[in-house]
Amino acid sequence: MKYLSQFGHYILFLKKSIGKPEKFNIFWELFVRDLYKMGNDSFGIVSIISIFIGAVAVIQIGYQLVGSLVPMYVLGRIVRDSNILEFSPTITALVMAGKIGGNIASEIGTMKVSEQIDALEIMGVNASRYVVLPKLVASLIAIPALVIYSMFLSNLGGIISVSLSGIVTVDGYLTGLRMDFDGFSITYALTKAVTFAFLITTISASHGYRTEGGALEVGWASTRAVVQSCIAIIFFDFILTQIMLYK
Amino acid sequence: MIELQHLNKSFDGRQVLFDLSAKFEKGKCSFVIGASGSGKSVLMKTMVGLVEPDSGSLSFDGRDFLKLGYQEKKEVRQEIGMLFQGAALFDSLSVEENVAFPLRMFTNWTKEQILERVNFCLKRVKLENVNALYPSNISGGMKKRVGIARAIALNPKYLFCDEPNSGLDPVTSRVIDELITEITQEYQITTIINSHDIKSVFDMSDHILFIYQGKGWWSGHKEDIRKTGSKELLDFIKASEF
Repeated sequence: MKYLSQFGHYILFLKKSIGKPEKFNIFWELFVRDLYKMGNDSFGIVSIISIFIGAVAVIQIGYQLVGSLVPMYVLGRIVRDSNILEFSPTITALVMAGKIGGNIASEIGTMKVSEQIDALEIMGVNASRYVVLPKLVASLIAIPALVIYSMFLSNLGGIISVSLSGIVTVDGYLTGLRMDFDGFSITYALTKAVTFAFLITTISASHGYRTEGGALEVGWASTRAVVQSCIAIIFFDFILTQIMLYK
Repeated sequence: MIELQHLNKSFDGRQVLFDLSAKFEKGKCSFVIGASGSGKSVLMKTMVGLVEPDSGSLSFDGRDFLKLGYQEKKEVRQEIGMLFQGAALFDSLSVEENVAFPLRMFTNWTKEQILERVNFCLKRVKLENVNALYPSNISGGMKKRVGIARAIALNPKYLFCDEPNSGLDPVTSRVIDELITEITQEYQITTIINSHDIKSVFDMSDHILFIYQGKGWWSGHKEDIRKTGSKELLDFIKASEF
């Protein structure tokens, strides 16, 4: 019953938050600020994680291929598809749930407990739209962009790993990397990225917006936002994979 | 003028406001006093539209707020200025941007017109050369003054102040009191103040509403307060004076 009530609050919150901005120039300023914060400030962590994911994938998959009848150059293809289809969109989204989601929940939660949200409402501003919409639009651009960036870096990490470990020659690995590329995998990955961006922002914002109390409750809201965003990401990863890859 | 009639509000079966009726006149400072938990904050939240009452009516110069549509309510809200207990300034905006916010949101003024109005409002609350500072860089008293400047930026008809003196030293408290009184009289605003500060009540009030256990227990002028036979009110005043 509690979860049903939470879901109901979430749907009503979405209805209130999504729509035409009241003043476009104010929306634009907030959007640019949020886009910079979400995108630019996340390059570092996404870069490190992506390179290491690609590098580790090469070693683990290579380890399983050694001694099998599968030619080793196929390693490039398997790692490429794993990175594009799963690792880059899902792991980037999980990292962003922690980084962006926690930040959104605590920022809005702090605005709520310090009566800044009430101040907006009293002025006649649609407070949820004012605070959420710029973040939502920014995340729908920033997270897919970071996922594309992660795809390149994770494959680069694979090449670095191959050249250092010698599991297969770099030329052989590159042959596999270019083999049977299907552009649909990019469509699939970006569909997931956009869905995850929507979930992270809206779930985190709704937790922030429902915060009552003080600093302790802001912390709890932030934790709940991250946990529920991660669960939603994993759940929708499964649903989208089922729908898009086995149609 | 703001008029409340037979307001009732309960939360989870616990009634907080009981059949509360009151009138607050234009150009006067009306105080709502009462012990913690008496329902003062719920009453103020109801009057500014943050809480919907279970029954009763609330009218702003004859406009029944509870029966208005979304757009009409929004128009009434733009006539309301509010000073919060903690000032509720937007952390991510500078002092200038905080005061400019309602002007940018609800007018089509040019940047120069907005800046002129912001500087006028800041000067009116005796703050100058603070435009570029952020809320985290200014004192509690300055925050309250910026809050007043933001509240009067759109020339409100109604001003609500929630515990305007809480957390301030006596000297700064008097400065805030004087500002609220001056602004109320100068712009003929209907001002309603929630307060525990009995000195402010006796210095500034034109009208007092005492709430006891969610009921409008007593209302009248400050000169009549000591003549009242209400034990609850006299106990509250006595306890507050020490």
